[in-house]
Formats: sequence, C-alpha cells, structure tokens
Amino acid sequence: MSLDLAVSLTRGAFRLDVAFAASPGLTALFGPSGSGKTTVIDCLAGLVRPDRGRIVVAGETLLDTHRRIDVPTHRRRIGVVFQEPRLLPHLCVRQNLDYGRRFFPRGRDAIPGLAFDDVIGLLGIGHLLARRPAGLSGGEGQRVAIGRALLSRPRLLLMDEPLAALDAARKAEILPLIEGLRDGAGIPIVYVSHAVSEVARLADTLVVLEAGRVAAAGPAEALLRRGELGPDHAAQGGSLLDMVVAGHDPASGLTHLTGIAGALSVPRLDRAVGTPVRLLVPARDVLVATQAPVGLSARNVLAGTVRDLTPLGEGAVRVTLECGGAALAARLTQASVRDLALAPGQPVFAVVKSVAFDPQGIGTGRGLGAVEI
Amino acid sequence: MDGLGLTPDEWTAIALSLRVAAVATLASLWPGLAIAWLLARKRFPGRGLLDGLVHLPLILPPVVTGYLLLLAFGRRGTFGAALAEIGIVLSFRWTGAALACAVMGFPLMVRAMRLSLEAVDRRVEQAAATLGASPWSVFLTVTLPLALPGVLAGAVLAFAKAMGEFGATITFVSNIPGETQTLPSAIYTLTQVPGGEAGALRLTLISVALSMAALLASELLARRLARRLGAG
Repeated sequence: MSLDLAVSLTRGAFRLDVAFAASPGLTALFGPSGSGKTTVIDCLAGLVRPDRGRIVVAGETLLDTHRRIDVPTHRRRIGVVFQEPRLLPHLCVRQNLDYGRRFFPRGRDAIPGLAFDDVIGLLGIGHLLARRPAGLSGGEGQRVAIGRALLSRPRLLLMDEPLAALDAARKAEILPLIEGLRDGAGIPIVYVSHAVSEVARLADTLVVLEAGRVAAAGPAEALLRRGELGPDHAAQGGSLLDMVVAGHDPASGLTHLTGIAGALSVPRLDRAVGTPVRLLVPARDVLVATQAPVGLSARNVLAGTVRDLTPLGEGAVRVTLECGGAALAARLTQASVRDLALAPGQPVFAVVKSVAFDPQGIGTGRGLGAVEI
Repeated sequence: MDGLGLTPDEWTAIALSLRVAAVATLASLWPGLAIAWLLARKRFPGRGLLDGLVHLPLILPPVVTGYLLLLAFGRRGTFGAALAEIGIVLSFRWTGAALACAVMGFPLMVRAMRLSLEAVDRRVEQAAATLGASPWSVFLTVTLPLALPGVLAGAVLAFAKAMGEFGATITFVSNIPGETQTLPSAIYTLTQVPGGEAGALRLTLISVALSMAALLASELLARRLARRLGAG
C-alpha cells in the first residue's frame, strides 16, 4: 500500500501546494490551524477538488487533473473520521455501523480481524447498538464514527483531528484504540493533528505543513529528533523521554517511572509495572537550578549537565540539558541564564513540575531515545 | 349520513374538493421536491428567474393567475390546443381545477421543502458519500429522510391551499356543479342565492373542520418525525 499525493489549489488568499508520499503505517499531517491539513484530507476523500493535482492510492489513480481523472468520493474506498462524529441522526448506532455495507460491491471481504463483532469489541460500543446518535456522548459518538469508517472496508483511513472536540479523559480513552489500529489492522492511516503529544505518540511518518506548504516530511522519529516541527512549535516545544513504569504508590496516587534520565513521579498511570512509556516534557515546564533544590513543591528533580544554549528570540533561551544520556530541553529567559551563569558543561539540576506531564503524551514506547524538539 | 343536514349537491362539492386537492398535492409533490432541491443546492444561470416564477402565484391576484392559465391551457390556448389533440382537456374540467390548485399551492410547497432541504447538514451527506453512497443514494437515504418533516409540511400546506383555492379556479374552470364546483365555489354560489345562508354556513363549518384536521395531522406527523430524529 502506498499513497502519493500532489495537489495545489487557490481559494481566495489561501494557497495550498502540497506533495508527499506515505509508506504503510500512520502518517501524521502536523501543523497549525490554517496550514491546510483539512484541505489535504478533503482532497484525498474527494470532497474538495484541487485546481491541479494527482492522487494515487495503492496503485489506483484517484485524481489526475491532467488526465481528467476524478474518481467520485463514493468510489474511492477511503474511510474518513471527521472532527465531529457526523453520524446519520435518523439511524440507530447499529444502522450507522452497517450503513457502508449496502454499498459494497459483491465479493469484497471484510478486512481480516475487522468483521462487525471484532470492531464493536475493539471499540467497546456493543452496548450502544440500539441507541440513537443524539443520545451519545462525544467520545461514544467518535468511537461509533471510527467503527463505521472501518466497517466500510476502506483501503485508506483518514482521521481529521478525531480527538479535537473531546476532553482529556475521552482522548485518553480513544488514543489507545488508534494505536491498536495502527499496529494491528494493517490499514494505512493519515492522521491530522496539531497536538505534538498525539503526533509523538502515533506517527510513523510525519508531514509538517505550514501555510499550505510542506515544511518537512519523513520518518517521524528522525524529524522529531531534529526538532523539525516548524517555528510555530517553538512555543510548545519540549522533550520526549522514554521510560518504564517502575511501580505505583496507592497512598500518594503517583506512579514512579525510571529511565536513563533518572526517576520521575507522575499522577497515577494505569499501566502494568514494566510497561514502556513515552513522556512529553514541555520545555516551559522545566526549571533549572545550579544547586540541588531544597524546600521545593515540585517532586521531580533530575541531575544533568548543560549541553548547549540556543536563543529563541523574545528574550527566551532554550537550554538543552544532558541527563544521563537523555536530552531535556528547558525554556528560560535570558535574564535567568545570565543570573545563573549557565554555560555548556556546567552541572545543573532540572526541576520538572509534576503537572508538566501530559497524560495524552504518555504512550507505548517504541525504543526511541530522548528526543529533542 | 344526513345528520349534518347536507344536501347531495353539497356532498358533491365536498367530495370534489377533496379529490381536486389530493390530486393537486400528489401531482406537484415530485416536481415540487425537484425544484426545491435545485433552489436549495444548485447554483445555475436562471436560478433567480426560476425562483421568481415559482413564487409568482403567491403575489399575483388569483384572478390573473386563473386568466393566464385560461390563456395557456384553454381549448385554444398555447398548450391547451396541443393537449386537446391528445385528448387531454383541462378547461372547465375538474382536472383543470386541480391544475389551478396545484399552481396556487406550489410556492407554499416549494418554500417549505426548500427550507428543510437547506437545513440538512451537508457534512453528514459527505460522511455518507465517504462510506460509499452515490449522490442518488445519499439523497434517498440521508437527505430525504432528514428533510421529511418539511416535505410533509409543504404537502399539507399545498393541500390546505387547494381546499381553499377560489379565484384562479373559478376564473380558469368556472363554477360547474359536479365538475368544477369546489367547496369555496359552492359557498360562494350559496351566498348569492336567496335562502342559501344555512347551506353556506354548513359548508363553511365543514371547510374549517377539514383545514383544522389537515393541520393537526401534519403537526402530529412532524412531532413524531422530530422524536425519531431527536434523543430517542
């Protein structure tokens, strides 16, 4: 399975000119609002017709403006999960899930492991089958929408910020399902997001969009390592740390993690001891001290040395620390850097506020070292 | 049946009115839906003109509409002559009354249908398309079911309008008992003859009752459909 896309279009002041190729697995389209992510999805699904372009999925040309090929949406066999569930309001959940079935050409088999019962089991929506969409919560609706897309037997699944309208608890409920699809279902996924935590957790391939253009594209690990998430990302920059669940402390409600960077405590995490996890540590939530801090409310202190200092503009400096072989970025003001007289090689202590850990950023680790972004 | 004290002529008028209104409504249902869909969804040259034409009967004096129908569909009219060749005569027939009622009710029907079609969420239709539904399937399985309350409301409005239509009908097909004398024409006739007041009052009450019944029926249907779409 492969995806090759090159589209350009102009709508008023907005210009989109995007080309990329995706390998199997999950391809994340990352970028700020208005960068053209959703328009690319709409072009792929055939909901928007670009001025010029070519889209080839699994060897079949779905669009080629030059050769006047434009396969209509309903014949593209591309499943779409939109930002909101978009369920058919006059049908119950079961009928919604079955809706795509009536349009199958004969002889199209279910995707192995994704028959009706598999899908409702995977998504945990068996108890909702008789309900009407109006009676579902946002998270339930979105799970049904994912199931409906899978049951239409697509050869490519598009997910356009499927978690954007959900609160943190619902996100935490659906993210593992998407991970499961990525690893188990064998359907290539194009996933749109502007949240670094989701991209870091899910993406195999990363395409960074900016103002309608591809700013960077390639394997997610390499791009994250080089910090190529675009300038907009500097504000929300951070570090990825791979750790392992070391134990739970029921009394304090904390989970202890260990990794090459040291030991950290995070709010209770429902993972078994020994489970690898990947953490996102926002740079602005890392403080730097030149002496071991005492009398501090933050619990997580890592020892390390200053590796380098990079001015970010607007009086901010990114201080990259080396903590036991892992890189940890801190965003400090120039004044603080001067007061502390920070210089490369200097031993320091990094204070990580417990709240800095984003539960959605905690995913299954995939053997990636600390990543500087 | 004479508990209501209706004369056979009055019964004839009521039956004729119901038939004319039913035929007018049913016959304009599909054209009405097609034009409502065009106006709601498509941008094409002449769209404003079509919109104006559909609404014309609403603003023209009914007598004028009736006279225009007579010019077009009369025995020597533009279309009337051609239709007469193939055996279809509309002038001074009940079928002509149905045509007049359909034309007069058309703007009301199209308006209600168009509003309900415009209210259907296009994003849900897009989702159906991504699941494999062709445009025609999307219309039948998504658009039409979701617009159904408005489509029914439009049909009921057209039916009620047809039950009460007077000016265009009497101008186009006159007032022939048993052929074109609908309820309003019969009431009008009764008010013109000495001693007709009792009959006029009886028919008026029947007319009010029929209109109310149609309105109630549509209200009930709409509520039922709304419940089906709502938090069921």
